[in-house]
Amino acid sequence: MSSPTEPSTGAETATPSPGRSADPVTAVPVRYPERWVAAGVILVLAAMFVHMLFTNDAFNWPYMWDNMFSPPVVRGVWITLSATVLSMVIGVVLGVLLAVMRLSGNPVLVTVSWMYTWFFRGVPRLVLAVLFGNLAILYSTVAIGLPFDNYWMPWLGLEGDARFFEIDARTLLSGYTAGLLALSLSEGAYMAEIIRAGLQSVDKGQTEAAQALGMSRTKVLSRITLPQAMRVVIPPTGNETIAMLKDTALLAYVPVTIELFYQLQAIGTRSYQIFPMLVAACLWYLAITSVLMVGQYFIERRFNRSERGVRDRVVGGTH
Amino acid sequence: MSQTNEPVLETDEGTALPADALVVAEDVHKSFGRLEVLKGIDLEVKRGEVMCIVGPSGSGKSTFLRCVNHLEKLSSGRLWVNGELMGYRQKRGRLYELRDTEIALQRSDIGMVFQRFNLFPHLTVLGNIIEAPTQVKKKSKAEAVALGEELLERVGLPDKANAYPEQLSGGQQQRVAIARALAMEPSLMLFDEPTSALDPELVGEVLDVMRDLAEGGMTMVVVTHEMGFAREVGDSLVFMDDGMVVETGVPADVLRDPQHERTRAFLSKVL
Repeated sequence: MSSPTEPSTGAETATPSPGRSADPVTAVPVRYPERWVAAGVILVLAAMFVHMLFTNDAFNWPYMWDNMFSPPVVRGVWITLSATVLSMVIGVVLGVLLAVMRLSGNPVLVTVSWMYTWFFRGVPRLVLAVLFGNLAILYSTVAIGLPFDNYWMPWLGLEGDARFFEIDARTLLSGYTAGLLALSLSEGAYMAEIIRAGLQSVDKGQTEAAQALGMSRTKVLSRITLPQAMRVVIPPTGNETIAMLKDTALLAYVPVTIELFYQLQAIGTRSYQIFPMLVAACLWYLAITSVLMVGQYFIERRFNRSERGVRDRVVGGTH
Repeated sequence: MSQTNEPVLETDEGTALPADALVVAEDVHKSFGRLEVLKGIDLEVKRGEVMCIVGPSGSGKSTFLRCVNHLEKLSSGRLWVNGELMGYRQKRGRLYELRDTEIALQRSDIGMVFQRFNLFPHLTVLGNIIEAPTQVKKKSKAEAVALGEELLERVGLPDKANAYPEQLSGGQQQRVAIARALAMEPSLMLFDEPTSALDPELVGEVLDVMRDLAEGGMTMVVVTHEMGFAREVGDSLVFMDDGMVVETGVPADVLRDPQHERTRAFLSKVL
């Protein structure tokens, strides 16, 4: 592109005058008839779909509307929300722990973290949910005490056991707890990968600067690297939260009878109005995920705060 | 690791180390895999001395500096700061690695300024400066803020306390980095090519701050390419090449009349 200040080699008349080049461009735009055809076809299909929504009796909108907000369903919504929040909180804490283990350099910790992730990412959540619902088959009671007491206590000539606390497994691993455990342990594996990526995205110079100031390894992690990793970690964690909200529907198979999807299905089966209640489930999940998406937008905006402002004027040489 | 029982091993009790030496490096070697980066460095930095280390890229200057505060572990040799062996405890001729928190304590007395500043981008300028005093030294926030504001005044940026690092120019960022290091009230300051990442017109403001610091009596080890700074401010000049100290002396003398061929060749290229 030649600028007006550039010396022109051509004749005097070829030099563009500022007045002429500033004329607005008026040209006939290119037409795309095939796009209009496509849009027309889609509009017709959409109209057919809407028409079906209103005319097909199987939807039974009044019935759906009457039952969508019944007390057991609303309670199910709360159970779904609480399971989402709790399993995400446990998942994030587990994820931090597993990520730090993975980056620790200790071969035992690295291997354990890797195997954990391998197992919980490899088994489908639905299978995990059913599996945890049946854990009581494995243990009738759950006890807290010293390990292998049935071996070393007799060997030392001691009577009794070294268990301080015992609880019936069916009480502990009731539907909700078992389901929550399945979801949060599984989530921990995914969060571990996300947080590991976040920690590794922080420049090594940050750790060195913090160490040079006399900060211990735990201080460096909690004050410098983790807060900076957050910016990278937050967006995928938002996606995970939304995915988790949907996956709480798997609790129905543990089974957790008070959960939203289970309740909606139960109403549908009882009254032979299966389809309206499935639509109600879609609407409930859509509504909640929409709210979560708005929340995610604001959180991301807050964590990108320090990215705004003037860029530094560093000469970009790497030495 | 150490089988040699030279008399110098007793120096850890503080008897044989020169009383006025703040940093003593003795036969420091460092290898990364098969690559030997430092091939036996012997150096001594006296209290209040400003030592400038120059040399071509890859000569090991920065690696040596990072050995001083144990960001790099030595492969062999010994390094003392303030009479303390860095990174290890020596008992009856054996070395024991220090715990992470003990090394952190040693480092808290040594300030370091990096080529690429390494300010914490998620904290404000003042937040950067008070982070270590409050978290490591457990100073009260008010006390740390007062000291931080005083230091910002000293580096000429009193109005930037609430800015974020990315809103500052390179020269300003580096001055904040110096203030951050000074906030720990260190007895030694290490500078790793502090002006190499700066636009030429911003170099002066950083060197001015360093000159003030030197005049205030701070002990400094400066890896640099600024020969003018070395001549004016430095008490001693060390020329390193290929992992070894080639020549040491008073900066003006070395720069005017280098004794070694390699020094001469290097200086003819940079002066």
